[in-house]
Amino acid sequence: MNSKIILVNILRWFILLSIQILLLRNLSFYDLATPFTYILFLLLLPFSTPNVILYLIAFGTGLTLDVFYDTLGVHTAACVALVFVRILFISVTVSRDNFDEPEPTLGNMGFKWFGLYALLCTFAHHIVLFLLEAFKLTELSYTLLRCLLSGIFTLFTVILIEFIFYNRKMR
Amino acid sequence: MRNLWIFINRYNAFFLFVIFFTIGIILTVKNNAYQRSVTFNSTNEVVGHAYEKLNVFKRYMNLGSVNDSLAFENAKLNTALLALRNIDSAKNTVVKDTATHVQYTYLAARVIKNSITLRNNIITINKGALDGIESGMAVISAGRGVVGIIRDVSPHLATIESLLNKDAKISVSIKSTKALGSLVWGDRNSDYRTAFIKDVPNHFKVKLKDTVITSGFGSFPPGIQVGTISNRGISTGDNFLTIQINLFNDFSTLQYVYVIKDKLAEEQKALESKLPNEQ
Repeated sequence: MNSKIILVNILRWFILLSIQILLLRNLSFYDLATPFTYILFLLLLPFSTPNVILYLIAFGTGLTLDVFYDTLGVHTAACVALVFVRILFISVTVSRDNFDEPEPTLGNMGFKWFGLYALLCTFAHHIVLFLLEAFKLTELSYTLLRCLLSGIFTLFTVILIEFIFYNRKMR
Repeated sequence: MRNLWIFINRYNAFFLFVIFFTIGIILTVKNNAYQRSVTFNSTNEVVGHAYEKLNVFKRYMNLGSVNDSLAFENAKLNTALLALRNIDSAKNTVVKDTATHVQYTYLAARVIKNSITLRNNIITINKGALDGIESGMAVISAGRGVVGIIRDVSPHLATIESLLNKDAKISVSIKSTKALGSLVWGDRNSDYRTAFIKDVPNHFKVKLKDTVITSGFGSFPPGIQVGTISNRGISTGDNFLTIQINLFNDFSTLQYVYVIKDKLAEEQKALESKLPNEQ
C-alpha cells in the first residue's frame, strides 16, 4: 500500500509538471492572471509524510519549475512557503494521532476543509512567487493585483481537477 | 543542550522553513545579480533539449507567419539592393579597405523557448558559444526590430533577456527629432505589444505615429526600427517625457531572430573602461 502511494505521487508529479510547463506556461488571462496548477501535487502529499521530506520535495519541485521558467529561486521559495502553511494548517485542524485518511483530497476531507486549505496554501505560494518575481516594492499594488487574480485562477483549476477525480468511497 | 534539541525538534516545521526559504531567497538574489555562475536555467543541456523537441509542433503551426516575415524582409533587402545599384557610377570614389567598415555581422538563430506572460520574460535560442555568441550581444528579429540582449551562454544554447523584462533598457531615439531616450517595458505594463520610452528631454515636440529607432549607443546598431508612438501625454512628475509606443515586433509569434556581433564592441569597452567612473 505504501509503495502504491509513492507510485501515485510520482505519476502525479510528472503529469502536473508536464501540464504546467507545456500548457499553462503559455496561458494567461488578459496578460494578468496565470494559473500555477502544479501546486496541487504539494497539496495532495500524504498526511504521514515527515516534515523534512515535505520540505525536500517542495524544494526539488520548485527548483525543477525554476529551471524551466528561467527564474532561479522564485518557485523554490514559493513552494517552501506553501509547505510551511500546509504543515501549520494540518497541525491545527487535523488531530495528529488518527489520520483516518491517507491523503488530503477533496473526497476525503470534504469541500469546506479542502477549500480553505487550498485557499491558504495557494495565496501563501502566490504572494511569495509574485513578490520575488517583481523584486521591488514600487509596483506593489500591481503585483498584488496580479497575485490575487492568478490565485483565483489557480484555485479554480485546483478545485476543478479535484472535482473531476472526486470519489467518496473512502468515507 | 537536550532541552534546546527538544525545542528545535518540536518546532522543526518552522526551523526547516527558515532554512529552505533562505536558500530560495539566496538563489533568487544570485540569479538577479549580473554575474551568475550556476547554469540552472534553460541553457542547461537537458532542459534546452526538451524545449527544442517541444518546439517542433509550434514551428509547424507558425510556418505561415514565418514565411510572411521572410518575404517581407526579402522585399526590403531587394529595395535596398536596388538603391545601391542606382548610385551614380560616373562619380569617382576611392574605396579603401572595405573590410574594416563591416562593424556588425548577423547570425540567424531559432527560438526554442519563449514566454510573454511573466514579469521577466526570457527567450532561449539554439545557438551558443560555439557559434560565437557572447553575453551582452544585441538580438533583433527579421525586419521587425529589437528583441533583447544575450544573457547566459552555454556551448550550444543561449538565453536572451527579452525586452519584456524589468531589467531591459535600450537606448533609442525618435526618428524625426533625434531625441534620445531609453526604451523599457514599463513598471505596470503586461501587454507584450506596447513599451515605454523614458528620459526624453522635455523640450522636444513629440508627434503621434512617429517612428522610434535605436540610437546606436549600446550594443544595438543605429537605425533599427522599434515601434511607433501611440501616447505622448503621460505625466510622471519628473522633468522628462514618458512616451508610450506600439512595438513593431510581435513577441508572441517570434520564431527566428538575428544575433548581432559587434566587431568593435571589445575595443569600445576597453577604451571606455579607461575613463574615470562617472557615477
